[in-house]
Amino acid sequence: MLDQTEDGYITVDGRKIGGVVMEMKNITLRFGGVVAIKDISFDIREGEIRAIIGPNGAGKSSMLNVISGFYNPQEGEVWYHGKPRPRMKPFQVAQQGIARTFQNIALFEGMSVLDNVMTGRLNKMDGSLWKQAIWKGAAEREEVENREKAEQIIDFLEIQAIRKTPVSRLPYGLKKRVELARALVAEPKLLLLDEPMAGMNVEEKEDMSRFILDVNDEFGTTIALIEHDMGVVMDLSDRVVVMDYGKKIGDGTPDEVRNNQEVIDAYLGVAHD
Amino acid sequence: MFYREAGDFKTSYVADNQTFPIKFDRYRYYAVLAVAFGIIPFIINDYWANALLLPFLIYAIAAIGLNILVGYCGQVSLGTGGFMAVGAYACYKLMTAFPDVSMFIHVLIAGAITAVVGVLFGLPSLRIKGFYLAVATLAAQFFLVWLFNRVPWFYNYSASGQINSPERDVFGIIITGPNAPAWATYLFCLIFLTFSAVVARNLTRGVTGRSWMAIRDMDIAAEIIGVNPLKAKMTAFAVSSFFIGISGALFFALYLGAVEVGEVFGIQKSFTVLFMVIIGGLGSIFGSFAGAAFLVLLPVVLKVVGADMLGWPTDIVAHLQLVIVGALIIIFLIMEPHGLAQLWRVAKEKLRLWPFPH
Repeated sequence: MLDQTEDGYITVDGRKIGGVVMEMKNITLRFGGVVAIKDISFDIREGEIRAIIGPNGAGKSSMLNVISGFYNPQEGEVWYHGKPRPRMKPFQVAQQGIARTFQNIALFEGMSVLDNVMTGRLNKMDGSLWKQAIWKGAAEREEVENREKAEQIIDFLEIQAIRKTPVSRLPYGLKKRVELARALVAEPKLLLLDEPMAGMNVEEKEDMSRFILDVNDEFGTTIALIEHDMGVVMDLSDRVVVMDYGKKIGDGTPDEVRNNQEVIDAYLGVAHD
Repeated sequence: MFYREAGDFKTSYVADNQTFPIKFDRYRYYAVLAVAFGIIPFIINDYWANALLLPFLIYAIAAIGLNILVGYCGQVSLGTGGFMAVGAYACYKLMTAFPDVSMFIHVLIAGAITAVVGVLFGLPSLRIKGFYLAVATLAAQFFLVWLFNRVPWFYNYSASGQINSPERDVFGIIITGPNAPAWATYLFCLIFLTFSAVVARNLTRGVTGRSWMAIRDMDIAAEIIGVNPLKAKMTAFAVSSFFIGISGALFFALYLGAVEVGEVFGIQKSFTVLFMVIIGGLGSIFGSFAGAAFLVLLPVVLKVVGADMLGWPTDIVAHLQLVIVGALIIIFLIMEPHGLAQLWRVAKEKLRLWPFPH
């Protein structure tokens, strides 16, 4: 059991988790008559790795889309840093320090790896049209400063060798890594990963898990992730939310979740006798 | 060989970000600039200027402008002719209203006015994309031509409905009207082309260009990582129309001298510039040059080879040109959507390993 207090807790492996970064309060999301998310509340605390799991169609991705501002819930509020977040466009959410990756890779195929990663720096750059047009001076200085940051992330994720390669030529696993780089380079306060290991082999999964742990460890980034591989989820995450048919059926440490009868029923099915 | 890519090590990000990272390319670029500015003006004559150089320079500016919109930002536009007309008429009104102001300023303001009009007609791009946007810009094309035909204020109530470029000078050298020397008009256009190419390159290499390309490649992902789609699309329309306006102003004031809007800036013009961009290469500044050069040179080469050397009838040569351009468009769209610029890159890559296949 975790030592859970008002402003944080200590994880099993001894990391100190801080206060609440983001809190979902009674979120309900409907598409016409279909209820994708029904009255879900949970919080994400600073520095933790928070997993959202559930069977197919449980509403996990919809939840992530609500957090990243792509969907606006019909009911409930998203609280970010202690304040309710007003309705906003996805790019405004990104400007608040929330970065994400996608289930189906959403890289910019026509650009090189470096350009993709640099695009992630967009919100940190001024980008005034006049300065860009003149280039010499302010724009070039800014470009170099941000390039240094981008190169740090490229080093960190070990993709130096492919930085000038067009993204369209990369294999799947590397694309996933480039996408992580693009999200990381924005120095997010909250990083959302939508199935970071989908379709990977064991080796690639191990690499990716290591990178996720390193990111959390080195930059102290708060991470919320969706994943199907239970082994990975149980190993990586500090706390897990379990969803099924749009409802929350479990929330707690991996061990608590593993022993939750409702969760077991959702995954294995219930015997009707 | 002189062309070496090896051994050119970069030790700073500034050096790595250069437009021509390979030393030989850099020297070749300086050499081209030196020839264009230092030698051609002295040997130019009226035939070369009017048949080849002026149309090339002016179309290259238009192609750069359209390439920013279509090639970099992914917003299809068929309104180029209309926007060129805006530049031409803006320039005409400015030239006649303020005869003492320098032509440099007139052309730049004409570009700025076109940028405003471009943004106005670009607004539908926030809601619609692809074919539907193409149709919306087509509406701009027809509306603008109709406007310049029907509102006499634009052509200063002249009886013919045409606009005629009055004689204007820059630093005492006449550059418009029938008495302008070829070298002066050539240099004037060259300065604007160089300016356009440098600005376009600067904009596309940095944060602005990356947000355009992000919108082009995947607009939803772009928005989620923080690209403001309104800002990205509107700046693309503004910058693109700015260059197209400049080219329209030059096309009217320096190249043709007299313009009847439906004939010169009709839908045909929109397609010509779009073909240049497609044949040259979408999303490449070099491609804009290549496409403009190709489509300007093609009729001249055909005329020299077909009519003068082989003695074919001129009407057949003229039709042959249409056939060839049409066939090339289809071939490029199927085989190499990134045009001449991509062919050039592939050729370099192959030559690097030649004679080995891998």
